[in-house]
Amino acid sequence: MTNAACPIPQSRYSRIVLGHGSGGRLSQDLLEHVFLPAFSGETLARREDHALLPAPTEPGARLAFTTDAFVVSPLFFPGGDIGRLAVCGTVNDLCVGGAIPQFLSAAFVLEEGLLLEDLKRIVTSMAATCREAGVEVVAGDTKVVEKGKADGVFITTSGVGVVPAGRELSISGVRPGDALLVSGPIGDHGVAILSVREGIDFETTLLSDCAPLVSLTRALLETSSDIRCMRDPTRGGLSGVLHDIAQRSGVGVLIDEALVPVRPEVRAASEMLGLDPLYIACEGRLVLAAAPTIAERLLRAMRAHPLGQGAALIGHAVAEHPKMVRMRSRIGGERVVPMLSGEQLPRIC
Amino acid sequence: MRRLEATESRRLAQHWADRIALSTTRPWRIMEICGGQTQAIVKFGIDQLLPPEIELLHGPGCPVCVTPLEMVDRALAIAARPDVIFCSFGDMLRVPGSESDLLQAKAQGADVRVLYSPLDALTIAKKHPDKQVVFFAIGFETTAPANAMAIHRARERGLTNFSALVSHVLVPPAITAILQDPEQRVQAFLGPGHVCSVVGTAEYLPIAERFKIPIVVTGFEPLDLLEGVWRAVQQLEAGEARVENQYSRVVQDAGNTASQALLREVFEVCDRKWRGIGSLPQSGLQLREAYRAHDACYVFEVRDITTQEPAACISGQILRGLKKPTDCTEFGKQCTPEHPLGATMVSSEGACAAYHAYGRGPIPATRLARGVQERL
Amino acid sequence: MCLGVPGLVVSREQEDDLLMGRVDFGGVSRKVCLEHVPDAMPGDYVLVHVGFALSRIDAAEAHKIFELLRELDQLSEFADEGPSPPTWEPES
Repeated sequence: MTNAACPIPQSRYSRIVLGHGSGGRLSQDLLEHVFLPAFSGETLARREDHALLPAPTEPGARLAFTTDAFVVSPLFFPGGDIGRLAVCGTVNDLCVGGAIPQFLSAAFVLEEGLLLEDLKRIVTSMAATCREAGVEVVAGDTKVVEKGKADGVFITTSGVGVVPAGRELSISGVRPGDALLVSGPIGDHGVAILSVREGIDFETTLLSDCAPLVSLTRALLETSSDIRCMRDPTRGGLSGVLHDIAQRSGVGVLIDEALVPVRPEVRAASEMLGLDPLYIACEGRLVLAAAPTIAERLLRAMRAHPLGQGAALIGHAVAEHPKMVRMRSRIGGERVVPMLSGEQLPRIC
Repeated sequence: MRRLEATESRRLAQHWADRIALSTTRPWRIMEICGGQTQAIVKFGIDQLLPPEIELLHGPGCPVCVTPLEMVDRALAIAARPDVIFCSFGDMLRVPGSESDLLQAKAQGADVRVLYSPLDALTIAKKHPDKQVVFFAIGFETTAPANAMAIHRARERGLTNFSALVSHVLVPPAITAILQDPEQRVQAFLGPGHVCSVVGTAEYLPIAERFKIPIVVTGFEPLDLLEGVWRAVQQLEAGEARVENQYSRVVQDAGNTASQALLREVFEVCDRKWRGIGSLPQSGLQLREAYRAHDACYVFEVRDITTQEPAACISGQILRGLKKPTDCTEFGKQCTPEHPLGATMVSSEGACAAYHAYGRGPIPATRLARGVQERL
Repeated sequence: MCLGVPGLVVSREQEDDLLMGRVDFGGVSRKVCLEHVPDAMPGDYVLVHVGFALSRIDAAEAHKIFELLRELDQLSEFADEGPSPPTWEPES
């Protein structure tokens, strides 16, 4: 029975039960009534045990492959949900490597008792994000675990893309003097999540920055081939990426606090809770290292794109203090930016 | 009231740095009392803006660092009980007890919740009448009014399933203990701005007078700290020893009388053991007898545990400003934020943790200000 | 110790006969207990620590820093301070 207004048909159950994961009639139901209608695509519709994908034809082109698991709580947060996150996270990992993302797989671990409505919302969101990113879900799996064994739903996505011949981006290719840029203000996603977390919650209009970076990265790579590497600052935030660059390229990193873009809401939440924005996750931002001569051009390219509005030059790779990240504070003194050890917890002191 | 822009901050910082340099004719040692002030100094590189004659010593103002090991063990024992929801500020989660910490206890199945405000613990208690809700009430005088309010409300409202594990500490006895040490090196204090917003400045007058030491009540922004240092230097150069209020936008000399009244109603002064320093008489707050029904020390029977600090740890000397973290043989080696040996590495704002995080070990901090000799 | 943040009182209400207020910290707001700053009205700034207002911020004292900036501005008209470092400003 199909509701004309809703693309996903009704089902008998209002919640996930263990039977939905056991491969029988209920699993079929879920496939036919939830997943297939949302991820409508020829490959999935064939319902083979695997997806047959076209090999890249360009000589010198390589396949890029990545995977990520998503366990965010709550499942729905200001500006997004776990489904959108699951698509963006994997798509962006491909994009920052210079790949054109093409195909995704999605494996779901559902908690017994999850509302079917919530699952439909998540899957619809994933499908919409896939369309936005120009990717297709071609394989998937569903398991169900007992109540209490999963936070509603865990999603793992893997993704495949093609890196054109001659494109070599690498986190170990950054040289002293290279410019470090960021595509917009940091910490939006992490603070949006905190704002709905029990015990910490506060009111804000801030939204997660969760977004697929396909067209932004394409625009940048079309602008210049002197980009050394790109990364998305997810777990560990901006600091995580800067440390990766410092460690893998063996360079020092020096940034200026006054130049790092932070929204007033993120600053306010950070001050209230005693957190440092440098460590707070983003889900729709880029950090890039590039030859200093093209920094201005890259900034212009980013600012011309809807996802690069607040782009900024934040510092440089340097020959001094190799493998160490330092920051000039907003009053002029300098200090080391330590690597995060463990989760940042709100403080009173 | 708008926020300062970075250019303005830098300008004002340089202004204070210049004035301090101009005023300084001899070496001076100034101690900031609050852990939050220590963090700001290290995080913004404030000492780099000061002339080399000014030495900043880091004080014991970290209630997380000085929470006695026994109290942490008591918290862990209570949190482990299946009928307990244990609520705490985030700071205490990684503080190691004798064998574990609250974060690990949570991993093992204890219901441990991080809260921003003690008042939220009351909401949890109302929502879960079948559970015992316990709040870990630590902090200096700054946090005491909020904790007192939660406990007072619980009693008023008859919330029998709410109790607090109280481990408050007071600042003046700590300063007095530091100053009474014959080896002590402090010549002036930057006083605790937020503590004074509650208790006022009166308690510091007898200390300034008795020990002939300037006390400048200071805020927490880098510009507050720079101005505080400047005022301290002015007094030191002039041979004065007054209590001064740099943080006048927040602190009134009388403090907050409503808060003081509630503190007197709910708490009484007691002797308290300070981790790394030892027992200081009349240096803590505990719940009055009338509030015993909400005192986790009485609600839960926990056997006393004796503990021992590692021999190599010099936290006590660091807390009293006698040594720096870099003077410790284990700093950065056996003792790191991941494996702390003692009080000052335990909390993210303890002097050792701050030094370790902000790179004061192998790399010397760059001096941006020139010394007296270079300026002449 | 004592992470205290200034916030703007937006509204006040009695909640279960405890004086509470909605306080804005700059785009992020929260319910704060105003019981010990009963004369803080909407439009006033308070210093907040763990969801509890400790004191009302004296606006005149808070503005002194801007007066100092103005003085420095006037002095610097006669001195060459060199170029200011670039900064990032949020888009409104």
